[in-house]
Amino acid sequence: MKRFLSPASIAALVAVVGLLGLLAYGLSSSEPDRGIEGALAKGERKGAPKVHLPRLSGGRKASLADYRGKVVVLNFWASWCEPCRAESPLLQRWHGRLKRGGGTVLGVDVLDVSSDAREFVRKFGLTYPMLRDGAGDTLASFGVGAYPETFVIDRRGRIAATRRGPVDERFLRQRVQPLLRERS
Amino acid sequence: VRRLAAAAALALTLALPAAAAAADCPRTSLGDVEDEVMCQVCGTPLELATESPQANRERDLIRRLVAQCKSKDEVKATLVAQFGDGVLALPGDKSEGGSDLSDRLVYILPAAGFLLAAGGIGGAALRWRRRRGPSGAPLASPAGPAPDSERLDDDLRRYDL
Repeated sequence: MKRFLSPASIAALVAVVGLLGLLAYGLSSSEPDRGIEGALAKGERKGAPKVHLPRLSGGRKASLADYRGKVVVLNFWASWCEPCRAESPLLQRWHGRLKRGGGTVLGVDVLDVSSDAREFVRKFGLTYPMLRDGAGDTLASFGVGAYPETFVIDRRGRIAATRRGPVDERFLRQRVQPLLRERS
Repeated sequence: VRRLAAAAALALTLALPAAAAAADCPRTSLGDVEDEVMCQVCGTPLELATESPQANRERDLIRRLVAQCKSKDEVKATLVAQFGDGVLALPGDKSEGGSDLSDRLVYILPAAGFLLAAGGIGGAALRWRRRRGPSGAPLASPAGPAPDSERLDDDLRRYDL
């Protein structure tokens, strides 16, 4: 027993426990947060995390809070993301419908070269507002782990639906359209 | 001959400023930058991210900047402006010049681990040497015969018929 309690053994044990702790922390922190889905599964709508970012076109910063009272389809995308290309025309079409019903699509370009992103917007004729998060600072708070991901935010600033992956007509019809009838 | 000499002189006159400009150009290379920046989507240094579309876009940007004769620091500064400090792979290589605790730990932890391992191995080696003695043979216990052999002798005596 004495041999096991020597200073070298204790130091080695502490080092091993420390390394295991670091490994556990690394694994847990690399997992995206799925708290939003948990709340939605319980029928709850969590308040959307803060978003305050520069516009892709330049100029002053904009916030998600600026759109309070509107239904917001918050779409995280990047110009290098192949599925983002596929869903962009659909989002643009829905932006027109949402605008008429008191809503908007709000794009957030993440981890992207700004000139590439602006070229993407021009190429696909996207007219909805675009924010830019080059460093990806907002991703963790929404638990974004892949691209594209979309969060539907009700008129009171709460997350009402999510789509981890590209949106389709059915999702938008089922999850977004009913929110347009809700009052703020 | 005179025409040929004139043409050669003209070519030399044109080539010299271009060569001088090339010498002044603090151009870096993609390979030189790649190992010092991250592909943030992959979570690995850019040089290891061979198939990520984001990494390929980042490489394209670096190539464009290299072609514009940008130095390595200028390329890295542009990448930081685009992607934030997280794009820098080297600990303490922050744009603001400061390094936080996690950056220091990257250096401190391996060094501490190395010292700990070296100490442990050294201690074990010393203990082993002490036990073996200078001739390499195991040392006899100074207190006389080992307790095990004493017990064995007692047992043999007890069962001796």
